Amino acid sequence: MSARAVIEFADVSRSYGSPPTLALRNVDLAIEAGELTAIVGPSGSGKSTMLHLMGTLDRASSGTVRIEGIDVGALGDRQLSALRAHRLGFVFQQFHLADGVDALDNVATGLLYTGVPRSERRKRAADALRSVGLGHRLGHEPRQLSGGERQRVAIARAVVGRPAVLLADEPTGALDTASGAAVIEVLERLNAAGTTVVVITHDRELASRMPRRIGIRDGRIEADRRASAAPATRRRAGAAT
Amino acid sequence: MKAPGRSTLRAPDLVGLGFHGLRAHPVRALLSALGIAIGIAAMIAVLGISTSSQALVREKLDALGTGLLTVTAGDDLFGNATKLDPDAVARVERIDGVQHTSWSAALTDVHVYRNRAVDPGATGALEVLVAGPSLLEATGSTVLAGAWLDAARSQLPVVVLGETTAQRLGITDIGALVRIGEHTFTVGGILERSPLAPELDTAAIVGPEVAEKLLDFDGHPTTIYEQSTEASVPTVRELLPATVDPKAPNEVKVSRPSDALAAANTVDQAFTGLLVGVGSIALLVGGIGVANTMVISVLERRREIGLRRSLGATRGHIRAQFLVEAMLLAAYGGLAGTLLGWLITAIVARGNGWLVEVPPLVLVAGVVVTVVVGAIAGVLPAMRAARTSPTVALAT
Ligand SMILES: Nc1ncnc2c1ncn2[C@@H]1O[C@H](COP(=O)(O)OP(=O)(O)OP(=O)(O)O)[C@@H](O)[C@H]1O
Ligand SMILES: [Mg+2]
Repeated sequence: MSARAVIEFADVSRSYGSPPTLALRNVDLAIEAGELTAIVGPSGSGKSTMLHLMGTLDRASSGTVRIEGIDVGALGDRQLSALRAHRLGFVFQQFHLADGVDALDNVATGLLYTGVPRSERRKRAADALRSVGLGHRLGHEPRQLSGGERQRVAIARAVVGRPAVLLADEPTGALDTASGAAVIEVLERLNAAGTTVVVITHDRELASRMPRRIGIRDGRIEADRRASAAPATRRRAGAAT
Repeated sequence: MKAPGRSTLRAPDLVGLGFHGLRAHPVRALLSALGIAIGIAAMIAVLGISTSSQALVREKLDALGTGLLTVTAGDDLFGNATKLDPDAVARVERIDGVQHTSWSAALTDVHVYRNRAVDPGATGALEVLVAGPSLLEATGSTVLAGAWLDAARSQLPVVVLGETTAQRLGITDIGALVRIGEHTFTVGGILERSPLAPELDTAAIVGPEVAEKLLDFDGHPTTIYEQSTEASVPTVRELLPATVDPKAPNEVKVSRPSDALAAANTVDQAFTGLLVGVGSIALLVGGIGVANTMVISVLERRREIGLRRSLGATRGHIRAQFLVEAMLLAAYGGLAGTLLGWLITAIVARGNGWLVEVPPLVLVAGVVVTVVVGAIAGVLPAMRAARTSPTVALAT
């Protein structure tokens, strides 16, 4: 296994109920630091299940999941939570922003469980919002923002703690093409700055822009393609800055 | 790979989360805090009213003193009223610690009337009392108008009226004439209300010499009054029965009028108990209301729970958040209820002319109790919230 792998699946299965239905079957996978990966596949193929396992929101029924080399199956709730608080960021299709709370405080929530004092959280939240191009929307509440802007707020919340890995489950699923493209651009910029990004998408065209594409079907990896070296070089150069 | 930092939630942030949760549904928070508020208000009001009324009694008794004991002749084994020995007064006077003694004798066969024309049956529940010297000092009574019976006036058909007696007979002026038995007496004085010897209020008081001459008084007192320092009351009380009637000390009744006065002015215990009961039930129902609200809140906010878990909240953080929210919810109710209870106390106290006195500890306890109720009510919903699976919560 690669020493640079941030996420590593070894023979990972996840089953539900009894008789067990397998959402993920004996998956082996390594995602390296700095990669930008798309996961594609039909509905019910196990994409979300896989992302939840990568994010330690769920546990494998069998096999080993390693995040930054740590076997998460051996960790307790506090340690997993610490991992999520400091090393992992999540973006969801439905944004999950708090109504009646402005963008700044929504983003600051991303640091709530890291023990950073409130004023510092808000300062960093403002920086994060500027980095996703929403520096002029700090005081806006979610209902005053467009769908694309809301998703960018959610992304800012996910990355305000500078996680090693950003996991996005259909971040463009609820957006029109233009705002979707803007969201993907933000993800690409974050990746260029060194964050490992895994993004689930239904959109084949969007996926085709990604340097690496993993196709899954019925809980199995069906295809795993890396694009030509050129974008990867550009990515490494970005990571170095 | 070095372990990442810890998942930490700072205490002020935890409290902030609790407030945030309540702000999301202010009306619901208000309604579910109401039950608790009513419960606490009832309890505080009961305690407040009772302590306020006692405060007044204490104040009054401080002024009157509580050193007065009265000895009355009880009934003998056959139910006949016994009379006290005329020498008993002198014996009581010799007890250590006794400051004043006096006596009175009720004349059961003689009544007082405004004039000759009044029907002899219409006694107006008034009594004719023969008073020993220094009865005023011993009972702490004072003269409102006219003068008390001195040695000279005790020989004459002069009467001093208690406050109620004067009112019932319609007498306001000194020098008016009344009938006592078959004789005409001149009103020589009117007494003020006598809280520690209320029997004087409804009495027409005459001197012993004139009573013996005109009203067949046999010289036996029916009540002996004894004033001592408050500290020596218990020992004096112990000695009184045997001193007054060495042959049959059991037939003598000793009482402390200040105790009776305190009891009469204290809020009825049964009523207090009822209100405390109602308050506890309201508090219980209020607690259930809080628990109910929290259960609903947990169900509604599964997505929020899932999100917080994805942001790094531990199960303990989720549990603490909902527990704090329940406690704050109950504390709102407790604060409002404490305020309301104090207000009710103040209104009732003003209406009765009492001083408002609610022990501060009761007010603090009111809020503390509700917070505890909230914590208990919040335990199950909070545990439920903590158990919520983040993936299921995020999928809904
Ligand atoms: N909590 C659960 N209990 C039972 N079955 C589940 C649960 N979660 C997922 N599954 C099943 O696991 C399979 C994979 O689900 P998953 O959500 O990973 O699919 P997906 O690829 O994300 O689909 P979509 O594109 O529709 O989001 C599905 O068959 C689903 O029914
Ligand atoms: Mg999915």
